[in-house]
Formats: sequence, C-alpha cells, structure tokens
Amino acid sequence: MITVITGFIDELRAAGVPVSMVEAIDAMKAIEAIDIGDRVGLRETLRATLVKNLRHERAFNTAFDVYFSTVPMPKGTGDDEEADSDDRPFPPLPPDDQPEFDLDEFLSQLLEALEGLDEDALRRGARQAVEQLAGMEPGRPVGGTYYLYRTLRRLDMGELEARLMEALMADENLSEFERRLIREEVEARLEVLREEIEEEIRRRLVEDRGRDAVARTLRRPLIEDIDLMHATSSDLAEMEAAIGPLTRKLAARLARRRKKHSGRLDFRRTVRRSLATGGVPVDPQFRHPRPHRPEVWLLCDISGSMATFSRFTLQFTHAMSTHFSKLRTFAFVDTMDEVTNFFGPGIDFGSAVTRITKEAEVVWLDGHSDYGNSLEKFYERYGRQITSRTTVIITGDARNNYRPPRATALDDVAKAARAVVWLNPEPEAYWDTGDSAMAHYGKYCDSVHEVRTLRQLEDFVENLTLPSGRALQNL
Amino acid sequence: MEFTSPQVVTDALESVDYLPDERISQVVFLADRLDKPVLVEGPAGVGKTQLAKSIAEVSGRPLIRLQCYEGLDEAKALYEWNYKKQLLRIQSDVDHDWDTISHDIFGEEFLLTRPLLEAIRSPEPVVLLIDEVDRVEVETEALLLEILSEFQVSIPELGTMTANTQPMVFLTSNNTRELSEALKRRCLFLHIDYPDPEREKEILAARVPGLSEHLGEQVARVARSIRGLDVKKAPSVSETIDWARTLLALSIDDIDPQVLADTMHVLLKYQTDIEKATKELASPAKDSGS
Repeated sequence: MITVITGFIDELRAAGVPVSMVEAIDAMKAIEAIDIGDRVGLRETLRATLVKNLRHERAFNTAFDVYFSTVPMPKGTGDDEEADSDDRPFPPLPPDDQPEFDLDEFLSQLLEALEGLDEDALRRGARQAVEQLAGMEPGRPVGGTYYLYRTLRRLDMGELEARLMEALMADENLSEFERRLIREEVEARLEVLREEIEEEIRRRLVEDRGRDAVARTLRRPLIEDIDLMHATSSDLAEMEAAIGPLTRKLAARLARRRKKHSGRLDFRRTVRRSLATGGVPVDPQFRHPRPHRPEVWLLCDISGSMATFSRFTLQFTHAMSTHFSKLRTFAFVDTMDEVTNFFGPGIDFGSAVTRITKEAEVVWLDGHSDYGNSLEKFYERYGRQITSRTTVIITGDARNNYRPPRATALDDVAKAARAVVWLNPEPEAYWDTGDSAMAHYGKYCDSVHEVRTLRQLEDFVENLTLPSGRALQNL
Repeated sequence: MEFTSPQVVTDALESVDYLPDERISQVVFLADRLDKPVLVEGPAGVGKTQLAKSIAEVSGRPLIRLQCYEGLDEAKALYEWNYKKQLLRIQSDVDHDWDTISHDIFGEEFLLTRPLLEAIRSPEPVVLLIDEVDRVEVETEALLLEILSEFQVSIPELGTMTANTQPMVFLTSNNTRELSEALKRRCLFLHIDYPDPEREKEILAARVPGLSEHLGEQVARVARSIRGLDVKKAPSVSETIDWARTLLALSIDDIDPQVLADTMHVLLKYQTDIEKATKELASPAKDSGS
C-alpha cells in the first residue's frame, strides 16, 4: 500500500500539485485511521490531506482514478460486480456469448437504467459498453480519448438523449419551462454515464499498460499553467474563479501607502506641541497622508489574434471594476475607444463583450492591429486626462503588422502617467521576431512582463512595485 | 459522542437535519481521529458555518466562534491584559515593593481571554469555529498557526498555555483571497460545493417540513438551472430553503413561469441576475422544438 501511495504522491507532484512532506505524512497517518477497503473514503481522505486548492482537484481526480483503479478491493464492498445476482439488468455475459451482443437490446437496458437513475446498473452498463464497443486493443498506443470517442459514437448519445427525453416527457402538456428542467436533468444523467465510461476506459488502460505510463499520458497542465492564448472556454471558466482574489490583491498593491511621515508638516499642531517644551518644536507633527486612490487605465488589444487572451483580460478588467473606483478601460484594434461604460457593477460580462465588439469604435481601417495609430489616437483624445496618479496597463502582443510603431506616442503617455506597464501574452523568446515591435514600446514602459499563464499573472501582481510620483520629478 | 466511523458522523449530523455528503463525513471523521483542524472552503451559503454548528450540537460541545474581519488583531483574537484592573492593583497597593507587584499584575487574574485562548483553556472539549478566515490580512493569519498545529498559545509574560482538551477546529473561507501555504498545510481541506439536486431535495425535505415531494424536486431543479446560468451571485442553499418556505407560505404546489417570475427575488439578489434568469427560464414559451 505504501508504494502505491508514494507513487500516487509522486504523480501528483509531477502534475504540478505541490505536496509537502508534512502533508504526505499526514496522508499516511490518515490512511491508518480509515478502512481502506472503502474506495470513496480513501479518495476523500487523500483529497483532504493532499490537495489544498480547488484548482488542483482535476489533477487529483485523474491521478486517483489511475492509481487506485486496479487495486483489488475486498469482496463485498460494493465495487465488485461479480457479487451481484443475475436478475439485475446487464448480467455479466459469459465470454462465448459475445458475438451475439445485441446493441438495441443493450441500449434499451441502458435507457432503463438512465430513467431510473440506477447507478449500479449504469456502472455495469458502462463497463459492458466499453467491452463491446470501444474495440480496445492491448498494447495499442492510442489515448483514452480515442476509445471514449469510439464508444460514444457507437452508443449514439444523441439518439440516447432523444429517447430519454421522450421517456421522461411522457406527459403531453408540459410547459416550456418544465421541458427545460427535464432537458437539464437528461443532460446531467448522460454526463454521469459519460463519466462512468471514461473511468472504465481508464481502468482498462491501466490494466494494459501500467499505472505510471497511463498517468503520464493523462497528465494535463494545471489550470494556472495553461497558455492563455490557447485556453479553451472551459479552462477560462475555471480561471474565472481565480481572478476575483487576484484583483483584490492587485487593488491592495496599487493602493499601498508609503510609511511614516510622508504627509506635509502640520504647523498648527507642531506649535501647539512645542508649548510643552517651552516653545521649542522638539516633536514635529505631520498631516496624515491621504490614502492613495489608484487610478488605473487599461488598454486592451482585442484584435482577432488576441481573441482568447483579450477575453481573459477583459474578464480581469470586469472583476477589477468592483475594486477600483477609478478604472477606465480602452479597447483597440487599429484605433482606440473607451469602453469603461460597458463594464461596471451589475453589468453582465457576456453582454458587455458583445456590446464592445458591436458598438465600440475600435476598427478604423482594416481590422488588423495597429499599435502606433491606436496609441497616437489614445494620446490625442485622452492624453490630457492622464495624471501623475494614473497607472496605465497595456495588454497585447505588440504585433504591429509591420506598420510604423510610432512609439513616441507611448513616450508621451509614459511622461504624463505614474507608470506604464505592458503585459505580453507571448513567450519572451518571440518578442521582436517578425512583426512584433515590443522593443520599440518596451523602452518607454516601466516594466514589460510576459503573462502567458495565470501563474505569471499572479507573480506579476505579487511583485508589483510602482514608482511613486515620477511625473512630479519630470516637471 | 464519539465518531467511530464516517457513517456515525453521517447519522449524527442527519439527526440534527444537516445532510452531509460522503466527503464531509469522511473529513469530519478524520479531523476527529487525527486531531487536525478543517479548512472548509466553498461558495457563500452552502452550509460551511452550519457544519461547525451542527457538529457542536451533536457532540454536545460548546461552540466558540471567532468571526474574522479586516483589522482583527491579537488583542481581539487571542488575549489582552486588563489594563484598568492592573492599574487599580498598582494604585491600591503601596506597601509592596515593585518586584512583587509587577510579578503580580501579569497573572492569570488580569488576563482577558479572547476566543482562541478561551478554546484552549476550556476545561471541557469545545468546537472552535474561525469564521471567514480569508478576511484577515496575511500577516494576521500567522496568529493562528501556533494554535492550529500545537493547540497552544504562548504568552510572553506567562509562558505557554497548552490545551487541556483537544478542541475541534473549523476554519471557513469564501476564497476571496488565497490563504497562505503555512495555514493550509496545517489543515485538512474540505471543499463544499452546491449539492446536486438529489441531495438538495433531501436537504429541503429536512429543513422545510410540509414541502411536497414534487415541489421539492422542482425547487432543486430550478436552483440547479439558475446556478448553471452565468449569474453574479448564484442562489445558495439557504436561499433555496427560503424560497421553498416562501412557496409553501403562498400555498403554491406547482412552479410555473409566472410563480417563478413573482418569487425570483428570494433566490437572486441582483437586478441583472433576476432579469437574466427571467429571460432564460420564466419567459413564455418560445417553442424551440427540441
């Protein structure tokens, strides 16, 4: 058992989940206290002791399924289908019965199980489906998704969905509202079936190739390491949860107060204090510095090549708008337009994005990124409103389609603002290759960061320090 | 009451109308076995605080609660010296020399215990609930570390106070910020999510007496449906319970779009959310034919 657990912990670490020594010891201690025959109990025990972040659950679930699928369970713990009597649906087929596998018959049994939400029957159904339909070949080096796809296609999930829907909507005069609820129920149940099938395939793969090999192929990057440029919509949804805490932190960083006597001398109070020392101002008094109210302007490239990333940055902006009273957002493709009013508390994010693409004037010529023109237009229109408190954050890949960079506009912006920060979603090695004009703009920025993943964004927020009052020195 | 197995935990909690899933029972059981604190995380209103309360109720232990907020400090969480009383002691005593008095005024008599210290010093075992721990600053979190790993508090003037009895500790977090690794390492982690409709139905049945089976199922399904939408604040379990109570009070036994539109404000607290849900769910049939 110990070797399985250590192997499991190694796999978690390899997948990027930080498991400390103390936690590993805790897990071992915990296992001594529980009945390890109970698979669910074992899973929850390991989860509670090893995984301390919701974002790592997906990695945990995959690793657990791989490492504990073939561990023989003691008889009679519910995971052993041989113990079941034959009068339940899906009696295990004797091996020589296989040629007579009847898909229609099988489907109607499956449908029955789905209708009654009989989980045991579903599990057996999934097992049989994989056995009969996946056509798994030992030793063949294909991934689990291939078999999953094959099984699902032969099961014809669309048909199954329609039939299940029909069965549950037997009542003719259901309202649209009730239909909707049933539809969702059907989807949820089919999802259960899909998961069972996936697990079964995984189990068989493990039997075939061994745990470590399967774990390696199934390993996926943690959500914080996924490249933002190529994130899928489900990845984005998962990232959303992490954005909230991050914006709070950013707000706190930007508003950080300077310590001690940074306020102006309070003459009245100093004189008053000096009376105690015979008129000698021994203890100078200062006014309390006003809490700094950060003003953040966000400039987002929303051109086609940046689609996924800009969706992410806009989401970030949206979350920020609850923490900053003075947040202004600008979007650009080849010209700049202010989109602040599309966001704000109480406004739905999805509709805000649609409105931006429809209503904001971000395209001037041909809809290819033109940073030079965008920045010039930006400075022309809004430059005078930039103050020494304004922090300008620009997000984009600086790919200018070989147009003149016209970086002087950014210089003007930088001179007026407290700080200019550039977040580039491309790997640093790609900067200044091809049509990227990062270096032209970079020299006017206080800092340029590679932000390809959520982790890098976290690091950026974590280490953010801004110059204070630089604009005043320039005057 | 002793938690000898996860099943015992489940049964005990069910007896006070808290319906745990297997994850909750397992973690509570482990916490009891290993004497480790539990960090409970999850969206607002899924019963994180209630879990601690229910555990206190079934185990017959008193509940000591520390509500966290920004600016919470040692004096409010751990202990404080009773300055006024110390002053009085000094003033009322002119005969003794300074050494005796200074030794005297830092005795237990002058100590004001705050929740954390109280939990440690309690003669009987307690349930300690540290609520919304994500609200305190990272620096303040460090206050908790000693008590969470060693169950002791060090007071410079008095020495180290060790727990007489092992408290059961629950920390809750809404995850508004990432907690420090040091804190997480010392705890068992329990994430509670919205229950699936089956369990939510059972929760409703337990919490809202008189609710019909049919209505309970509908309420649970509507709740899932709304949580599936992209709303600002998804309805919590306590809000679905409120909603079920409302429906019961209005003696409605079947939810239709009209009822939903009329009572939506119990479930959703933002105007934009209400509009969105109404548009999605309660708008009159536009037959999509699917």
